[in-house]
Amino acid sequence: MLDTATSAKESSTTSFNKKAVLSESFFADGWITVLLPFIFIVLLLAEHILLQNRQPFFQKPYFSWILAVFVVIFAAAGVGASQYPSFRAKFLEKAPLLTAFTGFLIIWDLVTLKLALLPLPYFPSPAAVVAVLINEWETLGISALYSLRLLLIGYALGALIGLPTGVLMGWYPRFHYWVNPILRSIGPIPATAWIPIAMVAFPTSFTASIFLLVLACWFPITVMTWSGIANVNKAYYEVARSLGASEFYLITRVALPAAMPSIFVGLFMSMGVAFVTLIVGEMLGVKAGLGWFISWAQGWAEFSKVYAALIVMSILFSSIITLLFKVRDKVLVWQKGLIKW
Amino acid sequence: MVTAARQPNEGEGALQISKVEKLFVDPAGTNITALESVSLDIRSGEFISLLGPSGCGKSTLLRLIAGLDVPTSGSIALDNEVIDGPHYFRGLVFQDPTLFPWLTIKKNVAVGLDARGILRQKEKEVDEYIQLVGLSGFENSYPYQLSGGMAQRASLARALVNHPKVLLMDEPLGALDAFTRMNMQDEILRIWKSRGTTIVFVTHDIDEAIYLSDRVVVMTPRPGRIAKIFDIVIERPRSRNYPDFFEIRSEILELLHFAEKNKPEYYL
Repeated sequence: MLDTATSAKESSTTSFNKKAVLSESFFADGWITVLLPFIFIVLLLAEHILLQNRQPFFQKPYFSWILAVFVVIFAAAGVGASQYPSFRAKFLEKAPLLTAFTGFLIIWDLVTLKLALLPLPYFPSPAAVVAVLINEWETLGISALYSLRLLLIGYALGALIGLPTGVLMGWYPRFHYWVNPILRSIGPIPATAWIPIAMVAFPTSFTASIFLLVLACWFPITVMTWSGIANVNKAYYEVARSLGASEFYLITRVALPAAMPSIFVGLFMSMGVAFVTLIVGEMLGVKAGLGWFISWAQGWAEFSKVYAALIVMSILFSSIITLLFKVRDKVLVWQKGLIKW
Repeated sequence: MVTAARQPNEGEGALQISKVEKLFVDPAGTNITALESVSLDIRSGEFISLLGPSGCGKSTLLRLIAGLDVPTSGSIALDNEVIDGPHYFRGLVFQDPTLFPWLTIKKNVAVGLDARGILRQKEKEVDEYIQLVGLSGFENSYPYQLSGGMAQRASLARALVNHPKVLLMDEPLGALDAFTRMNMQDEILRIWKSRGTTIVFVTHDIDEAIYLSDRVVVMTPRPGRIAKIFDIVIERPRSRNYPDFFEIRSEILELLHFAEKNKPEYYL
């Protein structure tokens, strides 16, 4: 604020007009950071349109259109930042990232389409990938939905089996005695190693994949639930019993909530393994989904489709993890110092 | 608002402890006598303290009364009914408040009623007990947001909401600073007077025991046993620097071999 005031004062002593005063005071602090995304996106659009292609490119210029839209958006953001201090603070925080990403696109575009430094078909230009995202959005969307269906069914079943297994192991030593050897011997085997057996043991590749996902998710959730229950402060049980709690109450209302932080660690670990198992399963057996799309595109050497599928996968999986974090923040609101995703 | 806290029936909450012995086996396999032939009758509505150095078995005795452990021999009865496990008749307050961190203060206080399946009928009492211990306004806070003294108040309300016949307190103020501690002592006395519940109070603080109790049971270690029982006949409210205090205090210190006889100037 002080900076703004002094610069405005200085400006008024000289013969600048009102507009210049405004922009000077606005640019006084971090103006270059605010403008960099705009400068870079203009650079990107300019080099993409003006430089000659060294690689064949026969798609519609979707990439240029999108860039043009972003030129407008970033320009508007710059103007908005000069008018609204709260938006300015937010945009200042994001601007370096936007700049870096745009810079990455410039380099990508240069080394592929414009200079042909990287070999085709393995390294297509960003314009080619964007064209696939737009042309093939339906196939990609359906593939994503197929992946999502398989993932959610397998994950949910795995959690539904793993949670009670872990609770029973943590609560009843007898149950632990019998189940622990199974957990120890089968749990550490990567679920994908069962693919040859699963493919012949199950009627369809879909059910085989469900089995693999359940197996993959079951292990981390069981282990983390079990250790969570086993590590509950014994004083909680003593207090609860002296308050008239039954054993069922102790399990469901004391042990389970107390173990919840540990259970969530298991849920996160399971989600990670589930992603791997899902994609490998789809690449090897299932005839749908993003994993299938990738190996199918690879078969035709259409690597722009592979990259497009990777982008969709990133958005999908990142959203799922974000959702899981949101659920955890809600459930574990009583915990101090949670890390934010 | 204390009126809502119903008094237990007259004559309830008397404990009969007869010839209780408790042996522990340590990791090396040798027997350790935590309690040796402890007999004690606690009257209905009495405030009694178990006082002694660590290892004297005072906490062990409290756990036996709570029903969390079983005596090796001898028996403990509440109103002539032998104790064979935890029951909401005997409420517990530990040194650590052991509030359930995943529940709000209100839900923590309500656990006893919830566990017994009578929360819906008695939901109003939860608020009354929160008010009784002075935590109004913190109903929806989580335990991590409370100070040590406030958490201990909540823990007290949680035990009281069940209308226990006996309140068992294991060094409940041990983790608090000196001022909060004196505050809480008065608070406990106030609640005890209004509720009339029998209180068994474990402490290693001599002044605290004398200030609070009708009787102070002094215990000595190895093996844990009752050395002497002091009747504190000083009128309440008691002054913390009452001369009789020092007399009892010096007697207890002598008993525990921390002071020599007939040296009153030691305290002056």
